[in-house]
Amino acid sequence: MVRHYKVKMVKLKVKNVEFSYASVPILKDVCIELAVSEMLGVVGPNGAGKSTLLRCIDRILKPQKGSILLDELEIKKMSRMELAKKMGYIPQSATQVFSATVFDIVLMGRRPHIGWRSSDEDTEKVLENLQLLNIEDLSMRDINELSGGQQQKVFFACALTQEPDVLLLDEPTSNLDIRHQLEVMDIIKNIVRERGISAIMAIHDLNLASRYADRIIMMNSGKIFSAGDPVSVLTPDNIKSVYGVEAEVIDKRGRPHIVPIRPVGKM
Amino acid sequence: MRKRKVAEHYNKKIQKMTSSTETAGTGTKRAEIKEQYKKFIGRKILFILFSLILIFIIAGVAATLGSFPITVTEVYSIIWHGLFQNPETTKEIIVWNLRLPRILMGILAGIGLAIAGTMMQGILRNPLASPFTLGIASGAGFGAALAILLGAGIIAGKYLIIGNAFLFSLIPTFVILGLTRYKRATPETMILAGIAMLYIFSAATTLLMYFSEAEAVKAAYFWMVGSLGKASWDALLLVSIVLAGCVIPLMWKSWDINVMGAGDERAKSLGVNVERTRIFVMIIASLLTAGIICFTGTIGFIGLVAPHMCRMVIGGDNRFLIPASGLFGAALLLAADTIARTIIAPVILPVGVLTAFMGGPLFLYLIMRKGRGYW
Repeated sequence: MVRHYKVKMVKLKVKNVEFSYASVPILKDVCIELAVSEMLGVVGPNGAGKSTLLRCIDRILKPQKGSILLDELEIKKMSRMELAKKMGYIPQSATQVFSATVFDIVLMGRRPHIGWRSSDEDTEKVLENLQLLNIEDLSMRDINELSGGQQQKVFFACALTQEPDVLLLDEPTSNLDIRHQLEVMDIIKNIVRERGISAIMAIHDLNLASRYADRIIMMNSGKIFSAGDPVSVLTPDNIKSVYGVEAEVIDKRGRPHIVPIRPVGKM
Repeated sequence: MRKRKVAEHYNKKIQKMTSSTETAGTGTKRAEIKEQYKKFIGRKILFILFSLILIFIIAGVAATLGSFPITVTEVYSIIWHGLFQNPETTKEIIVWNLRLPRILMGILAGIGLAIAGTMMQGILRNPLASPFTLGIASGAGFGAALAILLGAGIIAGKYLIIGNAFLFSLIPTFVILGLTRYKRATPETMILAGIAMLYIFSAATTLLMYFSEAEAVKAAYFWMVGSLGKASWDALLLVSIVLAGCVIPLMWKSWDINVMGAGDERAKSLGVNVERTRIFVMIIASLLTAGIICFTGTIGFIGLVAPHMCRMVIGGDNRFLIPASGLFGAALLLAADTIARTIIAPVILPVGVLTAFMGGPLFLYLIMRKGRGYW
């Protein structure tokens, strides 16, 4: 697999986006560029605006200022269905789901592409992604009978079946044990490389971010505090001023590994 | 010794079996899942057919019951012949003009109320939602009470009560719609607004009744309990038009409603315009309910229970759930009405009482048996 390092095509552009809930500002002047086949990690403390940013990008929330361009087109001007063909979003919240089998949930990923009836091709795509995530045995089970981690995998499979160009992931590994965390992150990394998908992932685990993201954005109180490759962003100084935590950063195979020591100062 | 040998033999056999399934690869596993999924869909279609047959049987039996004895075979042949010629004999007139309108109204009302319930539960993601959750029934009750007690109404004459009930039942829906211009159309907003409307209209009706004559109050009360006795061919025609006009767009939206079942945000990211769909479905389901209960009075329970029962059997896919719960609701209402008018004949019990008495225990049994998870 050859990666085209030099030709850096911009897939998604977030320009000066501002968002506030009833005059409480959440995002302030956020600018991001996402390249084709790039994996961007978004880190930051609770309430930094990571989830709000993802919601704005998928137009679930409408920013008061700024613009978001997908393939140089304003997403504001696209219909929901057009946007859904190109962008997939996996929310973090485990909203209570109506009774449905895993198969039917994953099939929902085809909604932007087809009308009322699904074809054999759609079935094949569902089966493919069930297999990719190793949840074939759950296919006929009801989603409500599954554990949090299994549900997370099901919704991930649904987003893959949607076949978007851009994948927005809000804490994709929050309910998973360490083995499944690695499995899911490897899958994300592979589809980013092989299918040329671009991914933005909000994530709390700094070490997972460091290990899997091509670039990292560190947010604090709605603003981008620092952006760049993992080595330049995940420094003891940055971690101290954003999280208020004294941390040791060790080099592990070229990627920073963060060992938090103790909270410092007042937050 | 021998036991151990046998055990070893079986262990080897099991090992062989497991390794052979592994080498058979993913192809068979896929085929297996596909097969299971096909069977699952087959089961849903079977349930729909079962409900349809149930309706035919109950309708046939219901038409024989009454003060004038007619056998089942006679009933079917009378219905068949009546399709081509006008009823002439006493039996034909009894079946066609007395029993059949009531039966058909039961079927249509059952279909409509159950489907409206399925939709309300679907868009509000709430198991307690029914056609009456958003204040529709109390609106209709107030409209009817106004017509019965004060003789006041928007349309005069034969359709005074019906017209009033229809129009007033739509008021809560429009109030909720008005609110969603200022607040997002989330399930919570809509349910709370609906409950508020329910209390306002109930209070208004109580006030009206408090200052009215006993006889008139009784008449108003009878209307509210609900009955299929007022069925006529004219009414049936109107109800079928409403039913057809509402069920088709609901079926068309059924997959979007499925997607909304997975949460508003997920549905939005899958391309569904969540708020607009929710409002659209709410309007259609309200019209459907209003179009039925203005002729029958407020028949409760069917809209709440029929969708749940079907969901337990065939799952939550609305593409199948809409027809299934409609037909099953029809069978349920028809059975309840048949029992209501025969169990202590010549006294006819209110059908709503019977639906609750029959459906309640069955519902409890299903909840116990299925345990958690279906909702």
